[in-house]
Amino acid sequence: MGLLEISGLQKKFALSTAVEHFELDVARGEFVSFLGPSGCGKTTTLRMIAGFETPSAGAIRIDGVDITRRPPNRRNVGMVFQSYALFPNMTVADNVGFGLKVAKKPSAEIGPRVQEMLELIKLPALGSRYPYQLSGGQQQRVALARALAIQPKVLLLDEPLSALDAKIRVSLRNEIRAIQRKLGITTIYVTHDQEEALSLSDRIVVMRDGRVEQIGTPFEIYNFPRTGFVASFVGTLSILRGQVVDPGRGAIAIDGQEILASEGLAGARAGEVRSVALRPEIVSLHEPAGSGNRMRGTVEDVDFLGSIVRIRVRFGENAVSLDTFNNPNATPPQPGQAVTVSFPREAVLVLEGPATG
Amino acid sequence: MTRRTIGSWAVMTLGVLYFFLPLLATFEFSLRYRRGVYSFEAYRIVLGDPRFHETFLYSTLLALATIVVGVLLVVPTAYWIQLRLPRLRPTVEFITLLPLVIPAIVLVFGYLRIYNSSSILPMTANDRTTDLLLMFSYVTLAMPYMYRAVDAGLRAIDVRTLTEAAQSLGASWGTILLRVILPNVQVAVLSGAFLTFAIVIGEFTMASLLDRPAFGPYLQLIGANRAYEPAALAVITFAITWGCMALIQVLGRRAPGKTAGAH
Repeated sequence: MGLLEISGLQKKFALSTAVEHFELDVARGEFVSFLGPSGCGKTTTLRMIAGFETPSAGAIRIDGVDITRRPPNRRNVGMVFQSYALFPNMTVADNVGFGLKVAKKPSAEIGPRVQEMLELIKLPALGSRYPYQLSGGQQQRVALARALAIQPKVLLLDEPLSALDAKIRVSLRNEIRAIQRKLGITTIYVTHDQEEALSLSDRIVVMRDGRVEQIGTPFEIYNFPRTGFVASFVGTLSILRGQVVDPGRGAIAIDGQEILASEGLAGARAGEVRSVALRPEIVSLHEPAGSGNRMRGTVEDVDFLGSIVRIRVRFGENAVSLDTFNNPNATPPQPGQAVTVSFPREAVLVLEGPATG
Repeated sequence: MTRRTIGSWAVMTLGVLYFFLPLLATFEFSLRYRRGVYSFEAYRIVLGDPRFHETFLYSTLLALATIVVGVLLVVPTAYWIQLRLPRLRPTVEFITLLPLVIPAIVLVFGYLRIYNSSSILPMTANDRTTDLLLMFSYVTLAMPYMYRAVDAGLRAIDVRTLTEAAQSLGASWGTILLRVILPNVQVAVLSGAFLTFAIVIGEFTMASLLDRPAFGPYLQLIGANRAYEPAALAVITFAITWGCMALIQVLGRRAPGKTAGAH
């Protein structure tokens, strides 16, 4: 049994359904990210956990207690918002101590706790400043300290880094993870940034159109996406459509060239059109070692990305991207050049269901 | 100096002359109580008049009560509309504008008809309940200014997120309103309060028709019977109103969270 249990959660608005059939168990101390594009229902789900939205159906339990209809101020759930939401009329220390004052904790307890939180976020000397005197990164750290000060059972973060610039985002991301590990607090993190989700999470819930597409560890989500959507949303992927030739052998024909997949074609019928996905880092321009796949195509495009050179090779209707490390002594192939690409059969991800589109 | 700058200064000078010349003339006239010399005699007489003290105190107390009731009515209403009922905003704005459209004389006749001594709710039956009726009528009169000031203040802050942040920290509705929302719209509320004060202190129609000893009817009485004292009273009233405006400016500059953050 998880610390946070969500079962059959649904949220319907007048004209649309924001979340459907949402099921999730989050273990104590686990860091789970909700990942998906805008409008996929991730924030609505988070807001239902916080109590700001009432579910149309389903239940939310924390520590076995049903909190589905409980008002937000009686859930003991800490929340960090994208826009920081610090109280402008209060100093940093007053902001951090607000929840403790509301809970009528004695002053002798509030002061040390506030200082402890400020030290945790590495801003011990800024207690007397007002929010407008802090940078965006500092404000978000104060917001995190404020949410943690009340010792919530679950910490919710709603795209907390979206409003910050890239460099601060990375450093604050690492800080959030370090604090979460140190305190062992159960955390739900909403983001549309796959890099954030992959680097922070114990598990990722990938969402689309109000539904869960896949739940798994970052390794599983990245390496073994179950649907075309997950494959294309997380990392860079080439999705190729082909016709199943022999499901027993795992053979599939892409633009007339046969390749082999190690798994995923069980139950498929010969002649059926299926999608397969390939990560750019697994495809190479070298000859395959042993029994790997090889395909002949023409270089369509070459992108110089600094340490990496991304080459796009077209076979016919399908194309694949491949990454090679930049080498100043080797000239990359030119557009129009005929090349052979190779990849191991284990790298061929056969996506669930028949190919669409 | 370019022609454009000269034109701007000319318009500015004309505007200043238009507004300040009558006031200067009034002030100058108020100093002529004694023949041949300028003196503050008219001010001395007015400020020494016990009726001035009584009516000014009465109107001040009524203004303070109006501000308290107005704030208690308007702040939660404007907050709730912003938070939960934004679709009602045009309707509420229309209602709050009605006191500007309906003349005070019509309102007060309406009150007298509904709350006269032979009605179900005889609020004009004695002085205290009439004071109460007058205070409520001032709340109505000041509504357009108070509502607009508070609404503008609420629009300047992220009401929804601040409310949710406070809720997630365990705060009840009362705590959120008193400790999070109200301090952040403090300047707006004070602006509304000073405007209310300025309206109530000089209001004549309602106080006169409800027969209450307010400052407005006193101004009218003096104006009808004396020569120099009304001019002195006009200057005093201007000073009070301008004092209120200056306080709004000072408090507006002092408000916390006004300066942009270093992002």
